Amino acid sequence: MTIGKKASNLTIGPLFFNWSVEKRRDFYFRIADEADVDCVYVGEVVCSKRESSFEDHLPEIVDRLNAAGKEVVRSTLALVTSEREMNAIKANIGYEQLIEANDVASLQSLKGSPHVIGPFINVFNETTCDFLVRNGAKRIVLAVEASAAAIGIIAAKASAIETEVMVFGRQPLSVAMRCYHARSHGLTRDSCQFVCGLDADGLPADTIDGQPILTVNGTQTMSHGYGVLLNELGRLQGMGVSHFRLSPQDVDMVRVAALYRAVLDKKSTAAEALDKLKTLTAEVPFINGFIHGREGLSWVEN
Amino acid sequence: MTSSYLELVCPAGTPAALRAAITAGADTVYCGFRDCTNARNYPGLNFDRKEMIEGVAYAHARGRQVLVAINTFPRAGDEEPWHRAVDAAAEAGADAVILADIGVLDYATRHHPKLRRHLSVQASAANPMSIMFYRDNFDIKRVVLPRVLSIEDVAALIEQTGIETEVFAFGSVGPMSEGRCFLSSYMTGISPTSEGACAPASHVVYKEDGGCMKSYLGNVALNEFAKDEPAAYPTPCKGRYVTHDRASYLFEEPIGLNAIDILPQLKAAGVTALKIEGRQRSRAYVAQVVGTFRKALDDLAGGAVSVAANDLKSVAEGGHETFGAYKTGWR
Repeated sequence: MTIGKKASNLTIGPLFFNWSVEKRRDFYFRIADEADVDCVYVGEVVCSKRESSFEDHLPEIVDRLNAAGKEVVRSTLALVTSEREMNAIKANIGYEQLIEANDVASLQSLKGSPHVIGPFINVFNETTCDFLVRNGAKRIVLAVEASAAAIGIIAAKASAIETEVMVFGRQPLSVAMRCYHARSHGLTRDSCQFVCGLDADGLPADTIDGQPILTVNGTQTMSHGYGVLLNELGRLQGMGVSHFRLSPQDVDMVRVAALYRAVLDKKSTAAEALDKLKTLTAEVPFINGFIHGREGLSWVEN
Repeated sequence: MTSSYLELVCPAGTPAALRAAITAGADTVYCGFRDCTNARNYPGLNFDRKEMIEGVAYAHARGRQVLVAINTFPRAGDEEPWHRAVDAAAEAGADAVILADIGVLDYATRHHPKLRRHLSVQASAANPMSIMFYRDNFDIKRVVLPRVLSIEDVAALIEQTGIETEVFAFGSVGPMSEGRCFLSSYMTGISPTSEGACAPASHVVYKEDGGCMKSYLGNVALNEFAKDEPAAYPTPCKGRYVTHDRASYLFEEPIGLNAIDILPQLKAAGVTALKIEGRQRSRAYVAQVVGTFRKALDDLAGGAVSVAANDLKSVAEGGHETFGAYKTGWR
């Protein structure tokens, strides 16, 4: 349909969880060395308090990923309020690295230079998409709430823009100032003791009936289930979606990437990949409701 | 002494509420059209085009202003209703439109350059860089600040941007960054951001279970109450969830924001306007809350330190009140 479109790109989205420095480094090194992915997003999106511990190790991670031929994109905070956070955003801009903007705060400084619009900036329609392209956006990662109809309309503009859809991982549902992880421990964000680091895959929050429903990750609230769009990959490719995002969970992401790569390349069926994926993800259910215009927590069989 | 006047901006879910707010002393009312273009798209609320024209005329005849909220995010392939709403607000002679979506802001800027534009809280602009982006691109004259900021944050933001600000003084406490919370659509399939209804009544169920009352949104149990306890409305961010084997109000209690006791601090911070929330509430609520704030602001303008009797607890959400993020912040 569109001229000049690249093949389907597989990406690793920014790590949302507060993993230790060693765990992060091992994760990214293994992605660099073993994962068949085209692009890796690095950088803290959820909480600026976590940034300092990770910042020193970022250059070696970026070098390793670059050496492995991966495109590296620097992701930025989803909710910017303090002067320190604004300065951090400004400091990231101006390097050669591509930036993923997750708060409108970044857009003024990025004007005129190519950048990625992350899923925390609302792009729900064509007029917004057109405006952001004029501002310099080269790729738009759609919000998790986007339906197939909306994705199709925005992806149809693919000659002007690359589009990315999150196809694996807990779905980010909200961001806040208050830290719910700290609150669950009787602490505040300022006194948090980095308790979010205790839960490498997030803190389960169940309903009063005992139904697993949400996952808390610091100031972020996510779905309990993993969003899994394996059944929908072919349709998304047909619409012109160019990038497919795997959001890091505390599972074997190299093998997850291999399953998605095989389906994108038509070397495996979605059904086969789903069966194999279930062996990697333990008890966590799969969800895909949003793309079908349904409750996000639901699973729709295709 | 500062001569700055704090403008009182009040909700009008219906034409009757608009008249009640103006009678009770609102300087400005805000309202929306009866469709998905505004963030309070609930049955029985809002204005058709004729009612909007009449409402604006009624307010202008009394020296008051009308703002029209067109503050949801258009769905791809279906932007017409939002563009027509902006056209209709301009035709009705509205004093400003309150917008959130970049695409709608772009449309309004191109097609109605003289129609004053305010940035909705749904745009979640919580820092000077975001505000400058919207001002430079869409010439917004005022920003409605997110409810996640402390008074110190608000003061710093006003100092750095010099822009008019409108802050929430009474109504709901929103712990999540507004306009980008998908909790309600996760549970119901209906999007607050593009359909304008968070926790829609059509998906709310109350069930008796043993000795208590349970509230559900969709199929998700959000809270339970003893028989004699008032049952709060099941909004996802105000429900009880279990973490570490203990049920708690993980995000926020069902509690109402009331800033009436900190009006001098808000004024000193340089705030332009105070917003009363509640387009979904009754005309009686509007009259009572607006009247109480009118008296407090008049006392404040007259130099009184404090102030009108704060008797609003009975109409606050859940019957309890908080300063929200203003006093201590949420850090």
